[in-house]
Amino acid sequence: MSDPILKIRDLSVAFSQGGKTNLAVDHVSFEISKGETVALVGESGSGKSVSALSILKLLPYPAASHPSGTILFKGEDLLDNDEEDLRRVRGDDITMIFQEPMTSLNPLHSIERQIGEILQVHRGMSDSEARKRVLELLHQVGIKEPERRLGAYPHQLSGGQRQRVMIAMSLANDPELLIADEPTTALDVTVQAQILELLAELQRERDMAMLFITHDLSVVRKISDRVCVMQAGRIVEQGPTKEIFDNPQEAYTRKLLEAEPSGSPPKTDESAPVVMKGDDIKVWFPIKRGLMRRTVDHVKAVDGISVKVREGQTLGVVGESGSGKTTLGLALVRLISSEGQIRFEDKQIDQYSFRQMRPMRDAVQVVFQDPFGSLSPRMSVADIVEEGLKIHAAELTAEERDERVVRALQEVGLDAESRHRYPHEFSGGQRQRIAIARAIVLNPRFIMLDEPTSALDMSVQAQVVDLLRDLQKRHNLAYMFISHDLKVVRALANEVIVMRNGEVVEHGPAKQIFDDPQTDYTRALMAAAFNLETAPEGVVSQ
Amino acid sequence: MEGSAVTLTRTESPAAKSGWLNLSPINQRRLENFKANRRGYWSFWIFLVLFILSLFAEFIANDRPILVRFKGEFYAPVFQNYPEDVFLGEEGFLPTTDYKIIEITEAIAEHGWAIWPPVRYSYRTVNTEIPEPAPAKPSWLYDKEARCANYAEGVNDPACIIGNWNWLGTDDQARDVLARSIYGFRVSVLFGLILTAFSAVIGVAAGAVQGYFGGWVDLLFQRFIEIWSSMPVLYILLILAAVLPPGFWVLLGIMLLFTWVGFVGVVRAEFLRARNFEYVNAARALGVGDVAIMFRHLLPNAMVATLTFLPFILNGSITTLTSLDFLGLGLPPGSASLGEMMSQGRNNLQAPWLGLSGFFVISLMLSLLIFIGEATRDAFDPRKTFK
Repeated sequence: MSDPILKIRDLSVAFSQGGKTNLAVDHVSFEISKGETVALVGESGSGKSVSALSILKLLPYPAASHPSGTILFKGEDLLDNDEEDLRRVRGDDITMIFQEPMTSLNPLHSIERQIGEILQVHRGMSDSEARKRVLELLHQVGIKEPERRLGAYPHQLSGGQRQRVMIAMSLANDPELLIADEPTTALDVTVQAQILELLAELQRERDMAMLFITHDLSVVRKISDRVCVMQAGRIVEQGPTKEIFDNPQEAYTRKLLEAEPSGSPPKTDESAPVVMKGDDIKVWFPIKRGLMRRTVDHVKAVDGISVKVREGQTLGVVGESGSGKTTLGLALVRLISSEGQIRFEDKQIDQYSFRQMRPMRDAVQVVFQDPFGSLSPRMSVADIVEEGLKIHAAELTAEERDERVVRALQEVGLDAESRHRYPHEFSGGQRQRIAIARAIVLNPRFIMLDEPTSALDMSVQAQVVDLLRDLQKRHNLAYMFISHDLKVVRALANEVIVMRNGEVVEHGPAKQIFDDPQTDYTRALMAAAFNLETAPEGVVSQ
Repeated sequence: MEGSAVTLTRTESPAAKSGWLNLSPINQRRLENFKANRRGYWSFWIFLVLFILSLFAEFIANDRPILVRFKGEFYAPVFQNYPEDVFLGEEGFLPTTDYKIIEITEAIAEHGWAIWPPVRYSYRTVNTEIPEPAPAKPSWLYDKEARCANYAEGVNDPACIIGNWNWLGTDDQARDVLARSIYGFRVSVLFGLILTAFSAVIGVAAGAVQGYFGGWVDLLFQRFIEIWSSMPVLYILLILAAVLPPGFWVLLGIMLLFTWVGFVGVVRAEFLRARNFEYVNAARALGVGDVAIMFRHLLPNAMVATLTFLPFILNGSITTLTSLDFLGLGLPPGSASLGEMMSQGRNNLQAPWLGLSGFFVISLMLSLLIFIGEATRDAFDPRKTFK
């Protein structure tokens, strides 16, 4: 192997806040050679991003500091460099792709300006030269009809296209090292597969070094040559990818490898009573144009879908983002208005007003995707969990309420004492448990789970899946489980609906869908989710 | 980074439970930030002391004693009116006692004692013993001879003592400027506080409804507010003040018509932003009603913006009251009013103590409030860190 171009020795990063110092990265050492991909893996908060950001000194100094370490890039210590020298390196020799393509592009600049800027800064290109180079780059990253896209603004592009533009930006000056910080986490599985393939291809072509940060081990296995496993600011194990996956030495690595959601759903029971039933559900949003705001067309978010959820069973709803999964779920629990019959147990609820629905809200519950957004930051955990009880079990005394809150928290595996604390003191997984406790405390019959695991680390996902299955068995709950993550769905669902553009592509028992998918679209989803393979063009979105 | 936040709050939580105020960590941080702004923190205490003192203005500047011991009995003239015959027997015939006249002081001195406030004038007491035609200079600018010239026994008069000094002179109706400043400060601050409190309640409620429901409610209300706030407020105030009988509450009501609008914008914006937060949706899914969602989930978000805004509205209302008084259209004649003092200062340029006293009291009051407001705003700024 050739000489490494980036050598990190004993790097530590400390953050000081309010007189307290906290070591985020603790004596980390690794190196990257030309043409090699090194993956940094670990759960959130393990210090992977902080290590990567310190290579370009992008941390919030002076709150952040480096008590020890050197970062040698081609023999030069980047930590000693001043801003001026660093600016020369940033965007030229070393470039970076960030996680969130929504926010890492400036919404007010056209694609041409975004990419052209760094060409003009580092290469001093004229406008016409830059335009030529931008077209070439857009072509390389697989954007179709790049000439037409030059004037486009970020909001006119899909998530995958935006991430392609980010990649084009980072490749503009032929960098020697590309740092990719969770570049596919925010994307759909199908798009993730495409982006990974693109990155691997570009890296091979240019013989570039790549530092790839992710929490997803299947991505690591697919793309990297070597792996560094990080835990609590330290690298616990590093080595060639194959060795680590085949023969992990550390307990933590083994734990990560085993963390995939596993298990199987409860037995399918066709005779179980139907709890929630929707017939030909339509949610159309009008598109209004002109002076008189006439309705010229509709966005058909959900277009004629029928579902049935049985007691103690789970209906999985899968599809790419924008396919209408969440809209369908919200329509069923009557949080948005829709057309078509909805029956909950023996009541037909599609015509109920919000006020009429209120007495039934304890039986129909929702768990949302983002555990950071779904808990009010100003209420203690006890306040959050007991809020529903105050409405639906108003006859309870304060002690009885407290008792039920404690029981619900214990049921989701949280310490009863944690009810006096505030949401920000908890990790993502714990917060999602609180959100589940909030639903469980009301003894619901039906729970709509809207991507409850998507914002969580892999190992935490597995725990939450186990918890959900456990609760389902104990209380005979009916679940509607919405997710784009097929691994999680496979571990939970009895029956699966595959959605695309508001319509059902495929519908059937989970086993049949997973083992023998009938449509190209479902097959593409499976390939992307389980093997990170891309589909033939036209089957999935870009 | 995440880790540091956790350790920080964990170490802070126990302190919160043992403290006299059970504050959430975020409020503790705000309190720390407020304290870290030295100027604002000291302003807060100075203002608080001045305000509380001024609430007891009757005990500081009054033309009657706080406590009188007379013939073995206690009297509290601060709280109660006593007719003259209590002290003078048959000779007294007036229904209220003037404790400054010689007969009374002598009678009290003979049969007991009296505790006087440090300043022996109320805001409407006319000092008949001033050495020259009103407005009279502050007493310490005269020598003893001149100061006592108008008392019955001159230098030897028992009433010509330091308690009867006009520390800041008198105005053109021979009323003590210091007493008027103290009472004027109280009226101004109370007026400002009450007005701000009422406008906050109305403004927050209006903004909350608009932001929460959006759509037509918002559209119609916004247009109404646009028209309402484009009215020439000062002229309307002048006209209404001329038509309606002058008084503290009438003035407050008229000004309230216009000040609440200031809060609507910020509160509405916060509600518009927050009404689609996931925890608000989660509350809807629990079946929580609109009013409860607005109070429990959304209002705390809007409180930061509102609290930041409060001190500036407070200052604004005090200034408006003062300017109305200055124009003679504010509080009824004879009330303790800083604006009226300023106006007298303009009419009596030969008596600079009038204008200067008014100026210093007003600027001290407004500066303190602005410093407090600044510190509050910084304390609520989540990005601000103090060393």
